[in-house]
Amino acid sequence: MADSNAAQLIVILLLALLGATAITIARMRQLWAAVMLTGVFSFLGAGWMLILDAPDVAFTEAAVGAGISTFLMLATLGLTSREAKPPAAFKPAPLVVVIVTGCALVYGTLDMPYYGDPDGHIHAYPDPSYIVKTNGDNGDPNDSEGEIKLPNVVTAILASYRGYDTFGETTVILTAGVGVILLLRRERRTTEQPEPPSADADRGGPA
Amino acid sequence: MSHEMNTVLGLYNYWIVIFLMMTGFYVVIAKGNLVKKIIGLNLFQISVFLLYLSMGKINGGTTPIYPDKSFFADLQDQSSTMPVYSHPLPSVLILTAIVVGIATTALALALIVRIHEAYGTIEEDEILLQDQEA
Repeated sequence: MADSNAAQLIVILLLALLGATAITIARMRQLWAAVMLTGVFSFLGAGWMLILDAPDVAFTEAAVGAGISTFLMLATLGLTSREAKPPAAFKPAPLVVVIVTGCALVYGTLDMPYYGDPDGHIHAYPDPSYIVKTNGDNGDPNDSEGEIKLPNVVTAILASYRGYDTFGETTVILTAGVGVILLLRRERRTTEQPEPPSADADRGGPA
Repeated sequence: MSHEMNTVLGLYNYWIVIFLMMTGFYVVIAKGNLVKKIIGLNLFQISVFLLYLSMGKINGGTTPIYPDKSFFADLQDQSSTMPVYSHPLPSVLILTAIVVGIATTALALALIVRIHEAYGTIEEDEILLQDQEA
C-alpha cells in the first residue's frame, strides 16, 4: 500500500511539472527556449509513460519526441527567426473556445473508469488469454505452440498481428521524407541561382 | 473516503491531461508564430498519447512481457504468482502515432522554412498582409 502511495505521489508531481511546463511554453516568446521546454515536456511525458507500464512507448517518445523533433525544430529556427513577435491585443475568442472544449471533455470523463481500475471495461476486451496465445510458452509441455513466440506482447502485436499498420507507418515516413526533400531542394535551387554574389558579400556576417 | 473524493482521485489523470491538451490547443489557435503553432501541436499530441496510455494502466499491473519457463516452475512451487499486465493495445497504437507525429512535424517544419524563404517572415498576420497586398 505504501508503495502505491509513493507511486501516486510521483505521478502527481510529474503531472504538476507537465502542467507548469505547458503553461510556460504557451507564454514564452523566445522560440529557442520554448523548443527546449518542449523537449523537457516530452521527457516528463516519457517518465509518466514508464510508470504507466509502457516502456516501449517511453523509449520511443524520449528518442523521437524529445530528440529528433527538438533537433528538427532547432534547425528550423536556425533557418528562420528565433523570436516570436510581441503579441497583439489579447483576444478572448480562442480562450473561450478552449475552455468550452475542455469542459465538454471533462464532462465526457465522468463516465470513464477510474485510473488503474482493474474492473474498467477497457481491461475486459480482448480476452486476456491472447497474451498466452501470443507466446505459448506457459511451461506446460502438452500445450500447443505459441503464434508469435515473442515474450514482449507489444512487439508481437506491433510487428506481427498489426504488421500491416506498421508497414503503413513506414510508408507515411517515406512520404514525409520525400516531401521534405522536395520542399527543401526547391528552396536551394531558387536561392542558389540569383544569389552567388550577395552570398559572397555577406560571408562575414553571422549565419 | 467520500464519493466525490474518490471521483476526483480516480479521474484526476484525465483532467490534467485534458488541461495539457487544451493548453496545446490554445497555442495552436491563439499564437501567430508558425513555429509556436507547431510546438502547440506537439503539446497536444503528447497529451493525447498520455490520455490513451493512462487508460491502459491497471493497479498493481506490470509491463506486458511474458515470463520464461523458470518463472512457471516457481509458479508451481507457489513461490510466485501470475503477474497482472497493463493493457498492451494502447502502447501499440501510440507507438504508431508517435512515428506518424514526427513525420507530420517534419513536413510542417519544412513548409515553414519554405514560407520564410518566400515571405521573409513566419508570423501569420504578416503573411496574410503580404497576400492581401499582392
